[in-house]
Parts: sequence; C-alpha cells; structure tokens
Amino acid sequence: MATTLYDKIWDAHLVDQREDGTCLLYIDRHLVHEVTSPQAFEGLRNSSRKVRRPDLTLAVADHNVPTTDRSKGIDDEESRIQIEALDKNCLDFGIELYGMNDIRQGICHVIGPEQGFTLPGTTMVCGDSHTATHGAFGCLAFGIGTSEVEHVLATQTMIQTKAKNMRVTVNGSLPTGVTAKDMILRIIGEIGTAGGTGSVIEFSGEAVSELTIEGRMTMCNMTIEGGARAGLVAPDQKTFDYLMGRPKSPKGASWETAIDYWKSLKSDDGAKFEIEIALDAEDIAPQVTWGTSPEDVLPITGRVPSPNNESDTNKKAKMQRSLDYMGLEPGMLLEDIKIDKMFIGSCTNSRIEDLRLAAKVANGQKVADHVDALVVPGSGLVKEQAEKEGLDEIFVSAGFDWREPGCSMCLAMNADKLQPGERSASTSNRNFEGRQGPGGRTHLVSPAMAAAAAIKGHLVDVRSFNID
Amino acid sequence: MSVKKFDKLTAVAAPLPLINVDTDMIIPARFLKTIKRTGLGQSLFHTLRFDENGSEREDFVLNKSAYKDAKILITGANFGCGSSREHAPWALDDFGIRCVIAPDFADIFFNNSFKNGILLIKIPQKEVDDLMEVAERGANSTMTVDLETQEIISSDGKSIKFELDPFKKHCLLNGLDDIGLTMEKEKKIGTFEENQKVTQPWL
Ligand code: SF4
Repeated sequence: MATTLYDKIWDAHLVDQREDGTCLLYIDRHLVHEVTSPQAFEGLRNSSRKVRRPDLTLAVADHNVPTTDRSKGIDDEESRIQIEALDKNCLDFGIELYGMNDIRQGICHVIGPEQGFTLPGTTMVCGDSHTATHGAFGCLAFGIGTSEVEHVLATQTMIQTKAKNMRVTVNGSLPTGVTAKDMILRIIGEIGTAGGTGSVIEFSGEAVSELTIEGRMTMCNMTIEGGARAGLVAPDQKTFDYLMGRPKSPKGASWETAIDYWKSLKSDDGAKFEIEIALDAEDIAPQVTWGTSPEDVLPITGRVPSPNNESDTNKKAKMQRSLDYMGLEPGMLLEDIKIDKMFIGSCTNSRIEDLRLAAKVANGQKVADHVDALVVPGSGLVKEQAEKEGLDEIFVSAGFDWREPGCSMCLAMNADKLQPGERSASTSNRNFEGRQGPGGRTHLVSPAMAAAAAIKGHLVDVRSFNID
Repeated sequence: MSVKKFDKLTAVAAPLPLINVDTDMIIPARFLKTIKRTGLGQSLFHTLRFDENGSEREDFVLNKSAYKDAKILITGANFGCGSSREHAPWALDDFGIRCVIAPDFADIFFNNSFKNGILLIKIPQKEVDDLMEVAERGANSTMTVDLETQEIISSDGKSIKFELDPFKKHCLLNGLDDIGLTMEKEKKIGTFEENQKVTQPWL
C-alpha cells in the first residue's frame, strides 16, 4: 500500500498498540530546556525513577538567558534559579548540557540541527511547541508538555494516537524578496490557526524543494501556528549536505548506510492525504500580521481589515478585540504602521541565512532614530559565523544592537521586552497579546522585512529596497 | 505519582465567549519562571483578570462573585492554542477549574490537561452556545459533568452526551499515572531498542 512519509516514520517507531488505537511510540531524540523540565525531573525524583536513555537526551539553557554580557551572571533571581536547576538536574541524571557560557549554547531548535542531533527518519520531542522545526529534515518532531517530558525521560517513549495526513503543496518559485517566512505566514492565513489540528502536515512542491534547509526550518517551525502536531519535508540532497560532518551526524560507513535509508524517506506516489491544500508561490507577497493571532496576516500592500466585513459573530468580536489591542484603525495602509522596536531572532528566524538576508538590507543604511533594533543570533555558533562574515559590523554600523544568543524578545522571559503600547516588527512566531511583554504589539514579518522596517521606522515592502 | 481522579463534578460554570484563547492568555510567559507546579492559579488569565495596577477587572467573568467558585469553563473554539507550557493546565487546576467545555482544543494543551486530571470536553458549537447561555445565569446555573456516562447535565435538566478517547477516560476515572503503565511495557521497549541497533546502527 502506498504510504506517506509520516506513516513510514510512525510505523518504524511503533513499540506497542492498544486495541483502542492508543500507541506507544519510541523517541530517538529528546531536547530539554530550563523552563519546561524542572517539574519533570522533580517527578522522577519523587518516584525514584531514572532517565532511561541520557545518551539520547541533550539539554540547553535558552529561554531565560540574558542576551547581554554574561560574565556577571544573571540578575533576575527566578531566572537564575531555573537555570541552576537545569545544571543540577543534568549533572544528577547524566545528561549532556550546553550551559550559558558554552559556544554551542543557543535556542534548542537551532542547536539540534546545528549539532547533527536532528536526523532524518527519527522521532524527536522537546517541551516546546516549536519542536516542529526539526521536521525540515524529515524528522517527526513533537512539542510536548512537562508530564510528557517526564514520561519520555523515564521510558524513552510517548503515548500517542495517529494523526491525520495533510499535505500542503506550494507550486512554482517564490518571487524575489519573498521568503520561507512569507510562505508559511501565507499558509497559516489560508488554513487558520486550527487548520492543522489533529494532523501532521507534509510540505511539498517546487517552492519547498527550492528552499534552503534554513528556509525549510522556518516553515516547519510555524506549523504549530497552523495547529498541526508536526510538519515534515522529505529529506533530499540538500538535507544530506547540511548534515554531513556535523558533530553528532553519523560518520564513515554508518553515514553511507544512513543515506541509503534516508533516501527511502518520502511519500509514495498515490499515498492518501486526508487534507490537501495547494498554493502558487508566484502569488505570495511579503506578509505581515496586523492582529493578535498568526492567522491575522496580509500582504504588506494591504490595508487593516474591518470587522464590518466579517459575518461570523465570534470572528467579528475577536477581530475588534485584536484591533483595539493593536491600536489600529480599519482601512489604514499596513505600510503606514510606525514601529518602536525591531527584533530579529527566535527559533523561526535566527539562523545564519536569516542574518545574511537582514544584513543585505541593512548594509550602508541607518536604523530610524525612534527605533530600537535588536539582532539576536540563534546560537553561539551562528554568532561566531556571522562575525566571521562581518555581519555584526554591518548591523552595528547601521545602528542595530548585536546580542548574545537566546530566545530573548520572542517571549519576553528575560530583560528584552516591549513596554505597554510599544509596537514591534518581529521575526518571531507569535503575535499573541502580551507575548513580547505586557501590552506589547507585535507584527510578524521575515528578517528582510524586519530590517527594512527598522530603517524606515514603519512597516514597508522590502521589495522597494532592490536587494537582489 | 498518581493523577487526580475525575468521576463526577457538580459546579458553577463560567462563560468565556472568546475564540483562540492562547496559552499566553491563560498564563503569560513571565510567570513560567517557577520550578514548581503549584501556586500558578493567581496568574491564571492574568491580563484578562487584572488591570495595569494589579487590581481585578470587575467585568471579567472569574472576578464576578457569582463565578468565584466556578470549576467549569465554557469557551470558544481552539482553546489552548500556542505554547506547550503545562503551566496552563497547572494554573487552571490551581485556580480550581477541573473541566473545560469548547467546540475544540489545541492538541498539546489537550494532552497536557488530561495528564493533570482536567477533563476537556469537545461538543458542537451549537451545544456550546446553549450551555454558554445557561452559564450566563451565574451561581444558579450549576452543571453536572458525569465522566462515567459521558454526559453534561445543565441546570435546566438537559443532558448533552460527549465523546472521549477510552484510554483517556480510563486513566482519568482511575487517576492512573501513565508512566507507571508504560513501564509495564519495559520488555517491549527493550526489544525495540535491540532491533533498532541492528536496523539503524547510527542512532
Ligand atoms: S525562540 Fe521563542 S518560540 Fe522559539 S523556543 Fe524560544 S521562546 Fe519558544
């Protein structure tokens, strides 16, 4: 029978299946960070359980870490306690940890692939919803809660029921100035934030094949914003090239056998998808969100929508609430929205390619006087690479702030945040109320669009910058 | 460690007629810096519940005296979307909410809630609308949720049946810790690992 990529990975990891359809799935890789793990380790201690496979587990501090000089430690007491708890838990349970001062430290979803910890055909979990990122490698990756983190630590398995197969095909090639971020925002606008609920989405089509691995990660990263359990892209030569020689990638003869297996990881012709969506890449323009849900998205050339044009009463109420929160009037041009801050970073867009793209826009320009612009690389290694290429100098001389790696203003758990009423152009993934700080207003965009907005001081179509 | 049991609950139901209530709304990230599971109830729905000065917003449902003891929440579609933070169900539980009724829920939040003894009930929009109306009557509108028979009985005596995955129901009714259950499958896990060593030696 013709099967999908998701079916294949699922079947290869099935440990047990109950009559009611509940399955026990083996987990090959587990990423752990400081925010969602302390209570899981506490649970293990309380029941005198061990970590079954510390060798399949990798930990990193990312959500809370300061992005400024770290030599003096962490000011915020609660953040410090949480990071110290991670240190202690990893030591006690024998788990490898990239601590705050390790060059390999960074956002969990950036460092997994960077180290070759993420591999095609594997299952991965992390106590973080953006674990979907790793799907870019054909890795079935789920975000889980703390009880499940504890379950995986103790048993190296998770309890799951099979999801639906959904496929999103993007035909044709993306126009100049349009990126993977615009493509995924456009898809979420199309399917809605609950469009993928109960499904695993496989992305395919020419535009997806043409993306770099970084671009595919950006896409898969935001599948959770479309409600899906995971996102997947079938591995290809680009995937293998990316992984070759990474510290944790297979080596020598193992590498050859692995590649043979990885090449088999794709959906068969005629495989059945319960839900199919197709889009044309040519139709996608740079996107920007105007509301407080990632589905509230429009091309930059558009105008703030009006609740009067919405017939569904629940949606109308939500739209009005969003506009009030965002301080926007229906009908105004999106390009007329002035910003106070700009954030390039997060597991969606903080990889080297994102920084290169933003630097291209920033090169020789100046950040608008009233804008505070923050560039936060995804990992210590991304930062090092960017500095080797001189990107930091481009940013700094254009007036951007160049920081240490971490989650930063994506979720405002450290000192980087919006003040009430402040507005940002941000490359992160959530524009929820208060996400970047209480009362803060977020417009989600691509790195190129963010840099362009910082320079102009308002949202702007990056295609007017003629960068290519 | 066992999970709180859930069999039958009779309580006030609070109406929260919003769609896409995300986990940042349920509990903002700045309250996630704890290493404990407890004490999060005071931060539940923080932005909706409190104003900039930290005073309660009078118009928010859970601040009204009629709903102070609510244990059931009736709400809109896609409740719990966003982050995987289990602090969201922990905050609900700590506040005293044991059951949420909505047209649908985000996947991760759905799983997380059951692991904390919170029953989430999916019923069609029309029935949610009806219950929302009943719940608007405040303290006089206690509802009964019976997990065994899978029904909600509203204050006007009307019964609404709901579907639930039998495994989740079994665990919730008996307060079972699923780690313990999985550990009984230890042998199968071991066999899987042995096989995988042969088929994918690079892992
Ligand atoms: S960068 Fe943001 S979305 Fe990504 S892991 Fe960190 S907090 Fe989560």
